[in-house]
Amino acid sequence: MMSINGSPGPLWTGGPIPGQFYNFPGGKSDSNNTQRVRSVNPIVTGTSVLAVQFKGGVVIAADTLGSYGSLAKYRDLKRLLKVNDTTVIGAAGDYADFQYMSNIIQQQVINDEVINDGFGYTPKSVHCLLTRILYNRRSQFNPLWNTYIIAGIEEDQPYLGYVDKIGMAYEAPSLACGFGAYVALPIIRDALEKKPDISKDEAVALIDRCMKLMYYRDARALNKYQLAVITKDGVDIKGPIISETNWEVAHMIRGYE
Amino acid sequence: MFRNQYDNDVTVWSPQGRIHQLEYAMEAVKQGSACVGMKSKTHAILVALKRAPSELSAHQKKILPIDDHIAVSIAGLTADARLLCNYMRNECLNSRWAYNTPLSVSRLVASVGSKSQIPTQRYGRRPFGVGLLVAGYDAQGPHIYQTCPSANYYDCKAMAIGARSQSARTYLEKHLDVFPDCSLDELVKHGLRALRDTLPQEVDLTPKNCSIGIVSKDTKFSILDDDEVAPFLAMIEGEERSVRPVQEEVGQPMEADDPSSGAQPDPLVAAADETMDQ
Amino acid sequence: MASASVLSEYKAPISAHFSPYDFNGGTVLAIAGNDFALIATDTRLSQGFAIHSRECPKTFTLTNNTILGCCGFHGDVLTLTKTLAARLQIFEKDHNKPMPTASIAAMLSTILYYRRFFPYYTHNVVAGLDEEGKGCVYSFDPVGCYEKESFRAKGSASAMLQPLLDNQIGGKNQNGYTAQSLTSTQCVALVKDVFTSAAERDIYTGDNIIISVVNKDGIKSEKFPLRRD
Repeated sequence: MMSINGSPGPLWTGGPIPGQFYNFPGGKSDSNNTQRVRSVNPIVTGTSVLAVQFKGGVVIAADTLGSYGSLAKYRDLKRLLKVNDTTVIGAAGDYADFQYMSNIIQQQVINDEVINDGFGYTPKSVHCLLTRILYNRRSQFNPLWNTYIIAGIEEDQPYLGYVDKIGMAYEAPSLACGFGAYVALPIIRDALEKKPDISKDEAVALIDRCMKLMYYRDARALNKYQLAVITKDGVDIKGPIISETNWEVAHMIRGYE
Repeated sequence: MFRNQYDNDVTVWSPQGRIHQLEYAMEAVKQGSACVGMKSKTHAILVALKRAPSELSAHQKKILPIDDHIAVSIAGLTADARLLCNYMRNECLNSRWAYNTPLSVSRLVASVGSKSQIPTQRYGRRPFGVGLLVAGYDAQGPHIYQTCPSANYYDCKAMAIGARSQSARTYLEKHLDVFPDCSLDELVKHGLRALRDTLPQEVDLTPKNCSIGIVSKDTKFSILDDDEVAPFLAMIEGEERSVRPVQEEVGQPMEADDPSSGAQPDPLVAAADETMDQ
Repeated sequence: MASASVLSEYKAPISAHFSPYDFNGGTVLAIAGNDFALIATDTRLSQGFAIHSRECPKTFTLTNNTILGCCGFHGDVLTLTKTLAARLQIFEKDHNKPMPTASIAAMLSTILYYRRFFPYYTHNVVAGLDEEGKGCVYSFDPVGCYEKESFRAKGSASAMLQPLLDNQIGGKNQNGYTAQSLTSTQCVALVKDVFTSAAERDIYTGDNIIISVVNKDGIKSEKFPLRRD
């Protein structure tokens, strides 16, 4: 057999190559086989989402920046989705994948409204659904490149759930994804440890402080964010809120010019 | 035997605007032994009469569990009931899989309705020959639903289906107002009395021929058989029965034909006497 | 030709690597006694150097006398336990009785092996009472190889716990000592000790342990704090 450019083919094909591992034909054990990986990298991305429970509700916040690599490309992207009066989801990661997921959820919300039997999504059911969808997509090597935080009121109790692009999910009283897990979460956990039942105003102030901190520390963050407060009275999405920041000390930092 | 021009298939209308195959299927429900379903503000219960097809056979199950919060009582073709039952279990499992939430009773019954409708409109198919009483508890409280071979379903305060169930319905209608505030024991007693009214004078409820299903908030559906129903039977033992069971509807003409149509009246449905229905 | 080679050499400026797996830590330990069995798991859920949750138990109640300890990649843990719960419910409704422990172990093995070429990355132990009421433990590798044993540690700190159990329960490597069967109280005390030690050395083990004991009266769970750093 001749290859396209006319040079002769290898001495024998399909057999073991000396000095290399042999891959059995038809087997899926080939570690170099990346053909089945379809979406390998996110394009327009959102950074961290922060959320914390308080007595009688939940606060969730996400900034409005859509980054294109290191370019701060879109400065007014909404990354919080109000599902219904009890549930909000916040998304980090690929924005197109989030829009795709939003369409699925919003369509189902319409379907539930049409049935008109009083049943619909709850935070727990949305959390479970997202976990199943993301896990299935990762199992097909075609992941939705997102981390979601689901915030809401489930049976009059605050609910916070986390799920990432490989279907790893859990619930916790305070959540942050991406860079926020390192920068903001320790501060939120510390506040909750000192006072487990913080009030709504304290929670909003805490998140506001952490969003500002994220802007200082995370190069993919913006000082403009949306904040949703979910209580039994419903969902209140505030913003975009602009953080007042102070860079007076910036000129004193040396070594990065 | 040629009985009727218009009853060979479910896709054929009679000139009176009826679908005889469907009406025959509805009759199959009346061949099965009686079941009663009712609810209070806190509980939904099923009470069913079990039949043994022969001396050699055990009493056949009448209440089938679907999920932790739902069970059905069946009247009609048991085999069809099992198929529907598997379908309903699957629907409930899917809801738990995708949403981590027990399926609401109304949506489950609606999906059974949609499934049952298909063989009522396709050439060569036959409708399900079974009626179900679905009892369940969900976020909106206790529910009793009735489903029919005709693919209709009804949200009920209380309902009885199966052989001679008119007597039970009469009892239920008479006491309807007290059910919402009944305690569980009271509710079961009403259920047993309603069921007993479907029996001929010489037969009585026994732990062998009686089955009770109970569900409430935060407790799994429990199905009581044999010795477990004896305490409940003891509560109504010795009580007078209702005046007299009303004569049965099995084998009666369905509805008077419209005389003005001038068409041949449809023949009566002969009551089958096989015991394959439960 | 030239343009084709340029295209073939093109790589995205940022390429994030996708791996369908992650390791979320966690240690499980199971011991079978004469008339009881227990599973202890820690409650930490981690990813690299981050602790996601300190309250994420990895013990799952399967029936009223069988429990499962399951750790590794938490996404697979969630899916596997969900599959098991569904299969057990189907069995219970079909057969009108809960599935026996030995059958659950056999079924889990086939569920795991079904994904032989894209495995559930989970370390499993099943503990419960057998049909004679004796305690039993079954341990599994991620692709379904399983074995009935009397004690087994699995997960991130298993290499630390298992030799200690061999010594303390199995009576191994001790001169002139034969192993005696422990009571459930002795086992619980031993479990607390070995987990406290493991939490000192393993960053993926900590926060709390949940100790679930199965005996003829049912399942009782107890929580015991570990270090939280």
